[in-house]
Amino acid sequence: MGISLRGTLGLASAVAALTLGTGTAIADEEAELVVNEEIEMVVRAEAPDHLADTLDTIYSGWVFRSDETQALQADDFDNPGFVFVDVAMDAWNAADGAAGKSCADCHNDPMDSMVGVRAVYPKWNDEAGELRTLEMQINACRTGQMEAEEWKYDGSDMVNMTALISVPSRGLPVNVAYDGPAQEYWEMGKELYYTRTGQLELACANCHEDHYGDMIRADHLSQGQINGFPVYRLKNAKLNSAHARFKGCIRDTRAHTYKPGSAEFVALELYVATRGNGLSVEAPSVRN
Amino acid sequence: MAKGVKPRVKVPKTAAAGEAITIKTLISHKMESGQRKDSDGNLIPRSIINRFTTSFNGQEVLDVVVEPAVSTNPYFEFEALVPEAGEFTFTWYDDDGSVYEAKKAVAIA
Amino acid sequence: MNMTRRTALALGAGALAVTLLPLSAHAAADDAIATFTGGAEIGEGGLTLTTPEIAENGNTVPVSVDAPGAVAIAVFATGNPTPEVITAKFGPLAAAQSVATRIRLAGTQDVVAVAQMADGSFVRAANTVKVTIGGCGG
Repeated sequence: MGISLRGTLGLASAVAALTLGTGTAIADEEAELVVNEEIEMVVRAEAPDHLADTLDTIYSGWVFRSDETQALQADDFDNPGFVFVDVAMDAWNAADGAAGKSCADCHNDPMDSMVGVRAVYPKWNDEAGELRTLEMQINACRTGQMEAEEWKYDGSDMVNMTALISVPSRGLPVNVAYDGPAQEYWEMGKELYYTRTGQLELACANCHEDHYGDMIRADHLSQGQINGFPVYRLKNAKLNSAHARFKGCIRDTRAHTYKPGSAEFVALELYVATRGNGLSVEAPSVRN
Repeated sequence: MAKGVKPRVKVPKTAAAGEAITIKTLISHKMESGQRKDSDGNLIPRSIINRFTTSFNGQEVLDVVVEPAVSTNPYFEFEALVPEAGEFTFTWYDDDGSVYEAKKAVAIA
Repeated sequence: MNMTRRTALALGAGALAVTLLPLSAHAAADDAIATFTGGAEIGEGGLTLTTPEIAENGNTVPVSVDAPGAVAIAVFATGNPTPEVITAKFGPLAAAQSVATRIRLAGTQDVVAVAQMADGSFVRAANTVKVTIGGCGG
């Protein structure tokens, strides 16, 4: 037996309303995001076909943040995530592993060679016969080409590198494929998305599909889109991967969670990514 | 030297003589406040950037005493006069004695 | 539990101590401000303190101060364990006596800025910042 979700959230909204009074300055849901006065981000879009019966419009998490947090993402200098992009750029150019190679030796300047990459991951890899996240692809490069040690799936080296690789795709629409051999992973991810977990018996959908835009305590619930990942969070002042965020969400349902990099989270990332097909790649974005 | 400390500075490359310009700075630093405890309940010692200074051709622009209440990855935005061509020097002082420096040249347009 | 007059008094004293806590926090801030001013009188006006009305996360709260003609500006978070935040001194090449930064606030509280003007006088400005407790802190 679980607590009724609607009852819990209703109570939470009431408490939030009391705490916040009029609730001004929470978020400007109509705001438009232009980064560096140059990159026009699509922060709201028509829902992709597979969500046609569920949602009319998909929204970037940016839409739900406060004015101050929104402003941090409008300029790459104000966005603290970029100091970690700089750190990753040093790693990109540094040789590592027995082969004595750096990322740059094969891929030159990531601002040219990595255009469009973030937008299509996770992606089926025919040669390896597996669905790969960007993290898995980076580790495949490290072990296969560089003969270097794998990076920890959600460690800082890895999350910083995924942020760097995302930068040249900013403003491009997320366009993750889920047909062919990827489909069975997509179905598995979808099942996870709608499966209630934990003592609170909450599925992803209970908050991010049924209640986006509502308050959960003092937090403004988003649609749980991952087009902005990795994100710089004000909470922990570092870049956070999608899998780390999934883990945090599932832990908050008071469940044992899957591990970052697990088959379950890879499948969930594929499914959640396709819920955002049509939104712009924003990473590294800024959230609370 | 604390691990992974990296400064970022945004300064226009050119300015008119006597022009006021906006400068933004950020340095990656955990700014451990000295108020937190580890999982064993022991106090984590304070480790912060405690001072940040900016000068141009040796003349002072700004000198900030920084306390643990400043956020992780400390950020400062301010305005400076550029009387002639020259170089800004930005300096961050770490509790552990390390000093991090960044320099940016400005030409007169 | 058998409530005696003695336990009732003890409970009352406990409750009193709790209600006094914010005052002692302010006392620490008052001391810190007095250290900056040397105990001088503090006026109003000529100093702008900009803070959000509601901070989405107390870890990173944008704050800016601007006091044309000031020599130095100090910022205090009156509800933090240590109230001092920054003390900014402006040199001859400061184009404005203003600075913006991002600070930590331990909870909803008053942020106070005090500027030392060129003639040695002091002015202050204060804003309340509400710090929200997030729903899903991750």
